[in-house]
Amino acid sequence: MSEILFEETLSPGAAWSHILKRGTALRLTDSEGGANVGAILYNADCPVERLNIPDTLKAQHIARLTQDFVLYSDMGRILCSITEDTLGWHDALSGCSNADAIITKYGEARYQEHRNDFHQNAHDSFLTELEKYGLGPRDLSPNLNLFSKVAVGEGGALTFSSGHSAPGSFVELRAEMNVLVILNSCPHPLDPNPVYAPKLVRLTVKRVPPPSVDDACRVSRPENGRGFTLTERYFL
Amino acid sequence: MTEFQLTESRVDPANAIYSEIIPAGESWIHPIGRGQTFRIVDLEGNQAVDTLFYDAQDFADRYDFQNTIRAQGNIYLTTGSRLMSSKGHCLLTITADTCGRHDTLGGACATESNQVRYALDKGHMHACRQSFLAALLRTDNGLEKRDIPNNINFFMNVPVTPEGGLTFEDGISEAGKYVEMLAERDVLGLISNCPQLNNPCNAYNPTPIQVLIWEAADVS
Repeated sequence: MSEILFEETLSPGAAWSHILKRGTALRLTDSEGGANVGAILYNADCPVERLNIPDTLKAQHIARLTQDFVLYSDMGRILCSITEDTLGWHDALSGCSNADAIITKYGEARYQEHRNDFHQNAHDSFLTELEKYGLGPRDLSPNLNLFSKVAVGEGGALTFSSGHSAPGSFVELRAEMNVLVILNSCPHPLDPNPVYAPKLVRLTVKRVPPPSVDDACRVSRPENGRGFTLTERYFL
Repeated sequence: MTEFQLTESRVDPANAIYSEIIPAGESWIHPIGRGQTFRIVDLEGNQAVDTLFYDAQDFADRYDFQNTIRAQGNIYLTTGSRLMSSKGHCLLTITADTCGRHDTLGGACATESNQVRYALDKGHMHACRQSFLAALLRTDNGLEKRDIPNNINFFMNVPVTPEGGLTFEDGISEAGKYVEMLAERDVLGLISNCPQLNNPCNAYNPTPIQVLIWEAADVS
């Protein structure tokens, strides 16, 4: 049985970070639809261990993320499992916006004139949040884009799916380690919408039971069974 | 079967200012100056070459696979691909390619990921990230584990399906195939000549590669 510990709102364009403890889970809900949440993950107890997207993709033979897949660190351990997902596809390939891209695409909107609706970019947002934990630009790793779908065509071309995330879509990440989670809701860098329109996302942190022996993420692939073994050994 | 666009180089190996053979399982770290041309040759065929580049003036600005594939709107690297950095700069541009497709999603093999992917008792097998770390330690230039981003795998074939699947296919490279690039900035190159024995990325037989560098004046 899960128990809600607290809820927060990730405001449009804003950043959020939290050390998600082993045994808890974070549910992200796209209340309005059309959200994008950039995410980077670190082992909070030893941050040089961090989300490794290639290791995550090749261990599970995937180029998308959804329920029953897991997020691997560079050390063969599972930072988070994706225990629930209504969407079937979250992007791990496209990276994030930077200051130049936001100005070129949307124009400048400073805090002075726009207050908290000013234009923010994901790259600088990640860097600012990392600094709070003593981490710097050399620690910035590739990011996920939750709620966004970017498919790869026959010849390798990337295609962004507009309208992928319907209102109420959610995805839940169960922490298998103590995970520094850094998020922002800046627009996806390939979103063709010419208007800067980040969305509000609901965040729910819950206490959840430990993964059972027949946990769906553990048994989805033999690789993940070994990943759980290595993760559980880390805490022995 | 996809038809690849192949581009031959016009530079003459006899004019190269630098040439080195890198055996499988070994690492290489070396500066490449702005305007210089850099070539990697798959001497015996089907050899994955795990490669990273850093801005020589700012090691925090390094190869970034997401910025690279987003800049060109395509996951595969070949002639014309601009190898982008974490701060959004073009480090090198691929100018010739007789293989036709290179990977940048598969990352580097590691002892830990080998345990996950193949078996818990595979942790002793040599891996690219061991080589990367050894190269950084050997050169004593302040680079550390956190400075090893996700890399390029030259000569490696990792197709992605429209449904979001990812596979490691037999290599499409052959003996003598090469990829060549122009340095757009002063960069530091870092290579692990891949020792992986558990999948077909090296045709189960890791082999030597050659790297060459030409001065700008020798490139017509």
